[in-house]
Amino acid sequence: MIKNLFFHLGRFVSWHGQIFRRPENFKMYYKETIRQMYDIGIGSLLIVFLISVFIGAVTAIQFYYQLEGTFIPGYYIGYIVRDMAIIETAATITCLVLAGKIGSNMAAEIGGMRQKEHIDAMEIMGVNTSAFLIMPKLIAGVVVIPILVSVSVLVNIAGGYYATVPFGIFTDAEYVQGLRSFFVPNNVTIMYVKALCFAYILTSVSCYQGYFVKGGSIELGAASTRAVVYSDILILVFDFIIALVLT
Amino acid sequence: MIKVNGIYKSFDDLEVLKGIDFVFEKGKTNLIIGRSGAGKTVLLKILVGLITQTQGEVYFDDVNTARLDKAALRELRMQMGMLFQGNALFDSMTIEENIRFPLDMFTIDTLGEKRNKVNHCLERVGLEGINDKFPSEISGGMQKRVGIARSIVLKPKYLFCDEPNSGLDPKTAITIDELIQDITKDNEMTTVINTHDMNSVMEIGEKICLLDQGKLAWQGTKSEVMTSTNDTLEKFIFASPFLQRLKKMALSK
Repeated sequence: MIKNLFFHLGRFVSWHGQIFRRPENFKMYYKETIRQMYDIGIGSLLIVFLISVFIGAVTAIQFYYQLEGTFIPGYYIGYIVRDMAIIETAATITCLVLAGKIGSNMAAEIGGMRQKEHIDAMEIMGVNTSAFLIMPKLIAGVVVIPILVSVSVLVNIAGGYYATVPFGIFTDAEYVQGLRSFFVPNNVTIMYVKALCFAYILTSVSCYQGYFVKGGSIELGAASTRAVVYSDILILVFDFIIALVLT
Repeated sequence: MIKVNGIYKSFDDLEVLKGIDFVFEKGKTNLIIGRSGAGKTVLLKILVGLITQTQGEVYFDDVNTARLDKAALRELRMQMGMLFQGNALFDSMTIEENIRFPLDMFTIDTLGEKRNKVNHCLERVGLEGINDKFPSEISGGMQKRVGIARSIVLKPKYLFCDEPNSGLDPKTAITIDELIQDITKDNEMTTVINTHDMNSVMEIGEKICLLDQGKLAWQGTKSEVMTSTNDTLEKFIFASPFLQRLKKMALSK
């Protein structure tokens, strides 16, 4: 198992030497990057919106439930929802969900190309397939996923607002006061560090699983599952490491 | 011309190729034939560089591929075209986009120039006017021809075909064989075809390499097939009693 781990780690690292090569044709890579950005960004907007609005809403309601009757002022809920979104939920939960959506998709797409000999066909044409197929996905991921995380923060906060204020749990002024209190700009930096790191993990790990797939449809399914599981585990490990280092 | 010298290939403990020496000649359709598991596909994949041999050398016009760095190998690959058994056409692209892909990637031609080249290739394989169709909208034989069109669009010096007739009816298979042979002659290419189709052997086998259990069992031309006394060739080509009777009849005449 240890030998296997080091084999994959070594191949994963050395594979990056192939990925970040000078493109054969910048225009083709640019077109592919834009297409990936659209797929990742627009294609994931709805799911990011849905999970964020509910996480914001649940955070607000559950903290209200826990803090009700204590001496902690009600406007703290706005502050808690905001900081939880910025520090943890927006980046981590969004990327865990995106690992399932985008990661499995990337592994299946690239793995399918491997099985249908599309990758071999490109290699024989002289295309550096590691670069052409992977680099645009990595660039698109690290550019678009932080934007999705930013959207997630806003929707989280809005979710908390619409789950509480219209029902009279707090006033509009209280919630907004909470949002404007105790703001630490460094938290936003932490959020973007996490978003960039998680985006890279989920795209690179998923592409790796797809690119080196061997066998038939069962192996492709297994690779797709591994893409999600390994991405999720690595995201959580790096979440801990970033929290340890940056807070 | 492609020359292979002492090619060995093993996968773990399984030795698939055991010292193959052969010359694939320029301007000819060179066939690799043999039973399933004889090592045909492995040899073809070694030729195109998709897998690396355990031992031995491959020369493309006297250039040893083992001595080439990755950039030079990529340059060499741009002189190769390959027709895959499953066609390997990109499903999400139209026929025109499929054929244009190598041009988009490696040339600075204008869109008009690329379209002219695509149309010329489609015309060459007898498929004018299907530019906007998707691979799933055309038949298997047409897909093969599109595969050929894509493999010749960059005017390669070497053409490789992996089982070009698999899954095709005999008439379409002959059409594909003739097309490959014509293109080989027109462009003076070195064409290597991996097949176990007997029609192909007898129609376009200008130089034949018979593999058996990873070894070169016989080499010759289609005209030598009928007169050869090689036992392995006999068992492979004239496998059925019907074909054996046919051979006897042909020789008695």
